[in-house]
Amino acid sequence: MGKTIIEKILSSHSGQDCRANDIVVAQVDFVMGQDGTSPLAIRAFENMNGKELFDPDKVALVIDHSAPSPLEGVSALHKIMRQFAREKGCRLYDIGDGVCHQLIPESGQVGPGSLVIGADSHTCTYGALNAFSTGVGSTDLAGALISGKMWFKVPETVKFVCNGVLPAGVYAKDLILYLIGQVTADGCTYMAAEYTGEAISALSMEGRFTVANMAIEMGAKAGLMEADEKTFAWLRACTDREFTAVAADPDAAYHKVLQFDVSALEPQVAKPHRVDNVSPLSEVQGTTIHQAFIGTCTNGRLEDLRIAASILEGKKVHPDVRLIVAPASRKVYLDAMAEGVIQRLVAAGAAVVTPGCGPCVGTHNGVPSDGETVISTANRNFKGRMGNSNAEIYLASPATVAASALTGVITDPREFLK
Amino acid sequence: MRFHGKVHKFGNDVNTDYIISGKYKFKTLDMNELAKHVMEDLDPDFYSKVTPGDFIVAGSNFGCGSSREQAPLAIKYANISAVLAKSFARIFYRNAINTGLPVLECDTDLIDAGDVLDVDLANGFIINRTKDIRIAVKPLPQVMIKILNDGGLAPHFRKYGGFNFD
Repeated sequence: MGKTIIEKILSSHSGQDCRANDIVVAQVDFVMGQDGTSPLAIRAFENMNGKELFDPDKVALVIDHSAPSPLEGVSALHKIMRQFAREKGCRLYDIGDGVCHQLIPESGQVGPGSLVIGADSHTCTYGALNAFSTGVGSTDLAGALISGKMWFKVPETVKFVCNGVLPAGVYAKDLILYLIGQVTADGCTYMAAEYTGEAISALSMEGRFTVANMAIEMGAKAGLMEADEKTFAWLRACTDREFTAVAADPDAAYHKVLQFDVSALEPQVAKPHRVDNVSPLSEVQGTTIHQAFIGTCTNGRLEDLRIAASILEGKKVHPDVRLIVAPASRKVYLDAMAEGVIQRLVAAGAAVVTPGCGPCVGTHNGVPSDGETVISTANRNFKGRMGNSNAEIYLASPATVAASALTGVITDPREFLK
Repeated sequence: MRFHGKVHKFGNDVNTDYIISGKYKFKTLDMNELAKHVMEDLDPDFYSKVTPGDFIVAGSNFGCGSSREQAPLAIKYANISAVLAKSFARIFYRNAINTGLPVLECDTDLIDAGDVLDVDLANGFIINRTKDIRIAVKPLPQVMIKILNDGGLAPHFRKYGGFNFD
């Protein structure tokens, strides 16, 4: 019997020929924490009598969730991270560098076959690079900082076969929202997702990151893709390191294989207050919005900003809407400036904030008021997520968010792409 | 370990933002402070309703969403003795065991708000005193039992200097 991608990666990192439901202790290739989780991990590290990092070159701390600090309390936590990184010799990405899930792939630390853990639930993003990467809590992170290892239950895999061609104006975000709506928020709990099929192959790497990123929203431990020429071309731009693709065997055992045809897919939205509360955009078209946000580890990449700029170019954001843009990283920001994308966004009325998580987590950079409605390219719309439990959040693609920012109501972006 | 207390009941997919909102968790590592806001968006008075030893009982996928370990810690510091659910999101589940918050998978349709329970962790069963029924608990993997018996992952590391599941 053959193996799934995750069975192969966990076998190679544990030295055991493992299968779904086995429990293994595996070596990790890279370990990451952000400012919401690292301070507790540092405390756990001390509580475990940790002295040194297992390998400082394989560790990074990222200040992205609440950066720059809006409050004294946050500043104190950031200071703990900076001190720890200095003392232990690991890399610290400080304010303005960007979102962890853009920075770690850009750094060339992760590629096909890698095993990465991050103290952030969206660490599953690097599955787009054919890596097994998963989110953990602070104590698991601390254990890995000390030992370079973590224990895993080898998950079963659900295979998502996405056939067909996405229509114009329908994007990776619409695809993953649709899939989440189909399988629901616990459709893959304790399991890995493998995304395959011609619609996945046709996506850019940016689009693949978007799809892998939201695997956690169906409860999945990982959102894996095969590596192809696009994957290796993307990696070559980031690093000279060599990676070997890990493919699933044709006779691998899956928990379930789901087939989808995306050819007739319409733009999708996730409605308040659940990520799996998904419907075609047409159902909520015309809903008044007060704030629009383009950014995050889901949709803050160059391609996303380009699409938004192409819709907003030469126009003005609706007077009753605030449009906030957070580039996913300093590199994305610079590249977007070099192309004139940032200029077009700002000229249209966007407020560009520091590369990082922006208002996604509700700590700063655009907390909505009571009764307001936000449309966002982020990955979560839970009540209170953006800092106000009396606000409503819709999730959509960058194109949909840009189009809605122009009209002041939820709008089908295809109206602007004719 | 045996616990006795009354039930606070919630539905499916209780996410970690509801357990402890991002607007609080970035501010401090003081878990007593965070505990005051636990479950606030689902029940603004939750913290004041808890008698030490009480249980949170929920449907499926409890703890979905972010990886914040502040979620199980805030529950623990709010004096909840254990969380019972039909299923848990995996990061929350690991975090709970690692930080010593007991989490039990069982058929929570057999439990209603206000019921009084005895939970026997060592022997893996629950007695619903109000309904006078015994409820089976899905056993934890051996690795997790070992970590829980050591008092969490940090004490496990202090004891062995790393992972030791032999």
